[in-house]
Amino acid sequence: MLADILISAFLVVSGVFGLTGSFGLIKLPHPMMRLHAPTKATTLGVGGALIASMLFFHFKLDQFSFHELMIALFLFMTAPVTGLFIAKVHLHRNETPDTLPPTSTDRPWASYESDAERAKIEEAREAD
Amino acid sequence: MLRKCLPHPYLTLTLIVVWQMLVNKITLGNLVLGLILALIIPVITSAYWPNRPRLMNFPRIVEYIAVAIWDIVVANVQVAYIILFKTNANTHPAWISIPLDLRTPEAITVLAGTITLTPGTVSSDVAADGRTLLVHCLDAPDPDAVRDGIKSRYERRLMEIFE
Repeated sequence: MLADILISAFLVVSGVFGLTGSFGLIKLPHPMMRLHAPTKATTLGVGGALIASMLFFHFKLDQFSFHELMIALFLFMTAPVTGLFIAKVHLHRNETPDTLPPTSTDRPWASYESDAERAKIEEAREAD
Repeated sequence: MLRKCLPHPYLTLTLIVVWQMLVNKITLGNLVLGLILALIIPVITSAYWPNRPRLMNFPRIVEYIAVAIWDIVVANVQVAYIILFKTNANTHPAWISIPLDLRTPEAITVLAGTITLTPGTVSSDVAADGRTLLVHCLDAPDPDAVRDGIKSRYERRLMEIFE
């Protein structure tokens, strides 16, 4: 009984956050802002479903399932990469170095440094 | 000799654990198979890990993971609040540049990943020399506070782990 309530609670939390993330996709006005909504609110959305699944296996089927932990691990490793890819595309298509804050070093953001410049700097470093 | 056979003890340990979790059933056979894989894979891949950093501060790693997971939960609620209850005119997105004290590439990767996973911030780029991180914030009325928060909360801990 208590287990049922706990599992349902996690499922509801997961559903609410998943829905909020999707709603953010419609509501937010700017591509970079929209990037925040799904990659984020869904972390807890998926997390809630995984915890509910683990509880279900533990209390209902009397076995312990590790697969949920693996899903969480792989998600945590891959989500930042996808987020970075989308951000990079945005940087190349919609931003210029002038619209971004300065790097405060003597080289530009990596997306805007041409291969020729980079080769020159690396050559100079090797000559040292 | 031990270095040659066991170039990456942490990776070996991780692989054994991950293998047990993947097959989802701990038996002697699975344990042996996992051990064999965990011994072979680090030897084959060690050529791709030149100059990897040494991690020693194990309690610090556990603390860092706990802090990160807690922040992910808290920040999820904050982002949900922003999406549901704040008007778009009232949300202030901002680019923030974070000067890095970390120099180890692996540590910077972990920091960038943590920033992306904590909702409300996405790490978007690094300076070409790897000394500054470009971060986009969903709602940052005070960008300097966000920068200082990231530096004191995550970067300081990573310094203790990696450097």
